[in-house]
Amino acid sequence: MESEILINFVFQSTFIMTEKDYLKDISDIKDIMNKSTRFLSLSGMSGILAGIYALIGAFIGHQLLSGYGGYGDGTNLMPLVILEVIILTVAFVIALLSVVTAFILTRKQARKNNEKIWTPVSKQLLLNFLIPMVTGGIFVLLLIYRGYYGLIAPATLIFYGLALVNASKYTFSWVKYLGVMEILLGLLAFVFLGNGLLFWALGFGVLHIVYGALMHFKKEE
Amino acid sequence: MKSIIENINKIFDHRVRLGIMSALMVNDYVDFNSLKELLGVTDGNLASHLKSLEKEKYIHIHKEFIGKKPNTKYSSTKLGTLEFKKHINALEQLIKGRL
Repeated sequence: MESEILINFVFQSTFIMTEKDYLKDISDIKDIMNKSTRFLSLSGMSGILAGIYALIGAFIGHQLLSGYGGYGDGTNLMPLVILEVIILTVAFVIALLSVVTAFILTRKQARKNNEKIWTPVSKQLLLNFLIPMVTGGIFVLLLIYRGYYGLIAPATLIFYGLALVNASKYTFSWVKYLGVMEILLGLLAFVFLGNGLLFWALGFGVLHIVYGALMHFKKEE
Repeated sequence: MKSIIENINKIFDHRVRLGIMSALMVNDYVDFNSLKELLGVTDGNLASHLKSLEKEKYIHIHKEFIGKKPNTKYSSTKLGTLEFKKHINALEQLIKGRL
């Protein structure tokens, strides 16, 4: 067998290769298939920071709400609607801050990896992320418009989770698991209605820190 | 054993051509510049390997314009996909057979 292969190699003399070359070929194929379909410069640190922002935001929200509770005798300083608007504004600022941080750190990571940030793959990643996210954003605006404030936390978590699952085809596959966890938390937030802030802290705070840290240290190895 | 060797495709026995086909296997289309970055090769080098794959009818060339800039995209033909799969299977069997 061994000699037959060798003889064949000599006959087809243009491709005398060693086993190692074949192994290298296979690993090259896998590498290129991966790189050409997945954007792998997402930064774990941006997940950790987003999580910390979210926890700070949840803390501010909690303080505002408990402060409000102190005036629960009908002499409240401001109407409930105003308080809701303030909390939503805090949430929006936190979300914006997280996006900016993610963008800056991802660009840095991409430079380090010698990967361009704006590629056909990263465009697909963004598009697939944004379709559920924008849908969710509009949905939440409609919830606010209709006055269903209690459904905001479940809806944001569920749509964010769906966006992650949808985008995970174009980046690290574990992003899918983070997405599934967010969806589950969103559904739980719906079951235990009235604990929106707690579920926000868990979903956008704790989960981001855990997954961000896992990813950050995995890369270090 | 002989059939395995026959399935090793000489055309794919080059880093750049192997890379082009790998990228085209998992994408509907890949444009010239993306291939260039992915494989880290020069324009001329990439163009000549693309030409040889086209000559074998393993890839399709799609020329289009984005605004005024020409944009050339490539996709794998049915024949190219079939031949590449045979090639990969042969590589895998060779490795398995010799380990």
